Amino acid sequence: MAKMSFEDAATRYGAEPGGGAPTKVKITFVDSQGQARSVEGEVGSTVMETARRNDIPEIAAECGGACACATCHVYVDEKWAEKTGKASQMEEDMLDFAFDVKPNSRLCCQITVRPELDGLVLTTPAQQG
Amino acid sequence: MNQLKEAAIETDVVIVGAGPAGLFSVFELGLLDIKAHVIDILPRAGGQCSELYPEKPIYDIPGLPVCTGQELTDNLLKQIEPFHPTFHFNEMVETLVSLGTAEKPEFRLSTDAGKIFHAKVVFIAAGGGSFQPKKPPIPKIESYEGTSVFYAVRRMEDFRDKNVVIVGGGDSALDWTLNLHPVAKSITLVHRRDQFRAAPHSVSAMQELVAAGKIDFKLGQITAVEGEDGELAGAILKGNDGVVEKLACERLMPFFGLTMKLGPVADWGLQLNENLIPVDTEKFETSHPGIFAVGDINSYPGKLKLILSGFHEVALAAQKAHRYVYPDKKLLFQYTTSSTNLQKKLGVS
Repeated sequence: MAKMSFEDAATRYGAEPGGGAPTKVKITFVDSQGQARSVEGEVGSTVMETARRNDIPEIAAECGGACACATCHVYVDEKWAEKTGKASQMEEDMLDFAFDVKPNSRLCCQITVRPELDGLVLTTPAQQG
Repeated sequence: MNQLKEAAIETDVVIVGAGPAGLFSVFELGLLDIKAHVIDILPRAGGQCSELYPEKPIYDIPGLPVCTGQELTDNLLKQIEPFHPTFHFNEMVETLVSLGTAEKPEFRLSTDAGKIFHAKVVFIAAGGGSFQPKKPPIPKIESYEGTSVFYAVRRMEDFRDKNVVIVGGGDSALDWTLNLHPVAKSITLVHRRDQFRAAPHSVSAMQELVAAGKIDFKLGQITAVEGEDGELAGAILKGNDGVVEKLACERLMPFFGLTMKLGPVADWGLQLNENLIPVDTEKFETSHPGIFAVGDINSYPGKLKLILSGFHEVALAAQKAHRYVYPDKKLLFQYTTSSTNLQKKLGVS
């Protein structure tokens, strides 16, 4: 069903209805091989959308952000754990379907980009689905 | 070949996939007197709508300001009732072979349950592919699959008097823990936390068995397997407390939900483009005459993976399908609002 890429959604629904330049924050994804990729995330979008828009590997996001598939699993860098917060009950339930879940595991479709997350560092697991 | 032909189910169209596009295909084809058999790997209709979003609201179905995935599925099932489609659930189409010609197509399909179908046209409405069990990243696990490692129970006897390790905390993991307990020699349930996303009565039944010492429960995850020639001897458990231990077992059942894989569609000889099936935008027909692709699985310039696009596509594809199924009949365009002929088919006049 409506499993659109963020680009599609942005074009279709007009994700940025003006009102000044959106605030951007820096997010770094470190892949399972240790390679880091830093991208800009727009405040208000999700970290998963940011990853997809920037072709970050190892983020599958099969369900398109419905917290229904556990294929946007990330490990939050220790220093950031407090700012990103804890997984909700629904997200914890869904994490049961992810592999190698650790105390710092999150589904990044459930992390909204906020100004205080500027500099956020996440690691992606080798296998999502 | 003759023998196979005898055993085959004869139908006008086989629809591969019972998601919204597949279900609405039944409707549009039904209006044109084209009888359908629908095959889906899942145990029920709805595809991603039922599997991924049963409770999530959908806001972009024309005329329905909001409905959940399950409501949409239920409504579609009601809408296609007059056409009496035959559903084949828990089955995956494995092979699709062309028997006919470009002018007079005919196809033979076979499923993993051994059913054979003969159809004049085929609608592939397979969405993101088939839902298949997620396989945990345990080294060499594939060499035990089907002999010692199972993602579903086909025969309970495979587990009789075996030491079974079940991994997961959802309904599948708990149901099989409870169902296999009387049959297996021992059951060890492994889960990453002590909370379970399963029916409360299953959870309490499981907890009672643990308390009575009849089954084992371990907090942690399986990181490796041991054995040889496909025969499992043990699974390595890394406990949440950091302790690593070997669980002696002959059977392992990991339950990590489902993921979408294109699956056998890739082997049907159709032109593919990044796991999607290119179609034209007049008939939504694939590179092979008589095989149509509708919904999320197709691709064409400007394609949007929206349910409403799938609905549009099946209406147009049905027109061309009619030409194959009834080559001598002229197709008259009619509206359900005014055509007594269509209303008769819908059972409302």
